[in-house]
Amino acid sequence: MTVSEQVVARLAGVEKRYGRLVALDNAGLQLRRGELLALLGPNGAGKTTAISLLLGLLRADAGTVELFGRDPRDVRARRRIGVMLQHAELPGTLRVGELLRLIASYYPAPRSMAESARMAGVDDLLARPYAKLSGGQQRRVQFALALCGRPELLFLDEPTVGMDIEARQRLWAAISQLRAEGCAVLLTTHYLEEAEALADRVCVMARGRVIHEGTVEALRARIATRRIRCVSTVDAGVVGGWPAVTAAERRQDRLHVTTDAAEAVVRRLLDADPQLSELEVQRAGLAEAFTELTREAEQGLPETRREVA
Amino acid sequence: MDQAMSIPLAAAMPMSRRRVLGAYLAEMRSECLRYLRAPGFILPMTLFSTVFYVMFGVLLNQGEASRYLLASYGAFGIIGPGLFGFGVSLAIERDGGLLTLKRALPMPPGAYLLGKMVMAMIAATVVIALLLLIGIFLAHVSLSWGQMLALVATGAFGVLPFCALGMFVGTLLKGQGAPGLLNLVYLPMAFLSGLWLPLSMLPRMLQQIAPVWPSYHLNQLTQAAVGLNHGPVLGHVLALAGFAAVFLWLAARRLHRNG
Repeated sequence: MTVSEQVVARLAGVEKRYGRLVALDNAGLQLRRGELLALLGPNGAGKTTAISLLLGLLRADAGTVELFGRDPRDVRARRRIGVMLQHAELPGTLRVGELLRLIASYYPAPRSMAESARMAGVDDLLARPYAKLSGGQQRRVQFALALCGRPELLFLDEPTVGMDIEARQRLWAAISQLRAEGCAVLLTTHYLEEAEALADRVCVMARGRVIHEGTVEALRARIATRRIRCVSTVDAGVVGGWPAVTAAERRQDRLHVTTDAAEAVVRRLLDADPQLSELEVQRAGLAEAFTELTREAEQGLPETRREVA
Repeated sequence: MDQAMSIPLAAAMPMSRRRVLGAYLAEMRSECLRYLRAPGFILPMTLFSTVFYVMFGVLLNQGEASRYLLASYGAFGIIGPGLFGFGVSLAIERDGGLLTLKRALPMPPGAYLLGKMVMAMIAATVVIALLLLIGIFLAHVSLSWGQMLALVATGAFGVLPFCALGMFVGTLLKGQGAPGLLNLVYLPMAFLSGLWLPLSMLPRMLQQIAPVWPSYHLNQLTQAAVGLNHGPVLGHVLALAGFAAVFLWLAARRLHRNG
């Protein structure tokens, strides 16, 4: 067994209800040492509940919730994590340096203030009161607070909201540096390109369940399908019967075909209809894969049924 | 059982006792700093009772009346930092997500409450010190060192039951609604327990139910400190400790359930 296989955080068979609303329904995920897992999903999918459980803010109704093999409500487990939440109004009258010193005091072996500030790019803000900072600067300070304790696992909840492109790039670089030190990261984000750029694995949630867990490539491959659109007289029912075609339909004068073998289908279409025009072939990106997956889950249809439909 | 479960994780770095203590101190330090730098928060808390005392204890009354008012405005001034220092900040921090963040971070258990308690104790001590200065130098109330010390100690510890009450109110609502609700508790309670007008001037029924209010017991203690109440004080101390325990328990229960 290699070190990289060590599990630092784990949800297994977790149920969580708020009254009659089911927030998590048999949800499970694992985070191994040093890896970056992106947690994706539409609002209300259960991401916040999953993170709150792992941070010890909530108690699960059923199932296992572990942080470094302990209950997350055990402060000894949380001494190994850093946290950046989406909404946290820090005391505005405290200076950045004072905030860093306070949060670092919670940890057994924190980074020096200079190191934390440099890694998060807030060196020039240390003497400024937090309330006087711009939104983007405040996010950077929150990131500095998350990493100051030399965590082995970092929770980043929508870390780049409110950041400009340059700040975002710098944060990505800092995350890479942390990972090089062996720090695992659980990232929730609405920016799919962020997940695509950073994540080893993505975990897609919808309606309280984990509907996909795997590499970014696997998620994309899951929707390996490409979409073909063209103006053609070929009958959609006929195309639907061709091999590797998962769906074919006519919308007004346009034929829409979904397939895993775009090249072969295009060749056959061109053979069948020499007058074919306005040919377009699109590859599904992570965003589309994601939309597709979550739409299936929202409709409550298993993917297999959709694909044969 | 999951296979990965059986792999032992590298042991966590232990937290030395010195660092745990340091975390408590850092929490207290930043709690005090942040409010000392927020005059909008600290001034109403300290000026309320001192301005009243200057008006009624110095300008309108003299002699024994000033002594009596030093104790009753002292009680009034002690309650403020407890109720507002705890209640308002808790309500705002629950709303703004700071409490959530601190619960997620490895802040030592109790440091959050301890920080606010120390802040309230310091604020109450400052209020009593200001009132003592006014009483001695402007109202010419004569007090022994022992009496002054007793009043300061009553302030520092008497604030705690009101911290618990403020904490409970702070768990009832979030954000900016807290000051209004706290004033609805603060002002009637002060009136009904004889902090503004002597109890003997209130209707008999109100006099009889006065011991229901924690502020009544605090007032008995401040009166004893300045030498106006010669009855036993232990009952009042126990009553205040009881109030503190009940509201602390209620607040802790609500925080545990609702966050």
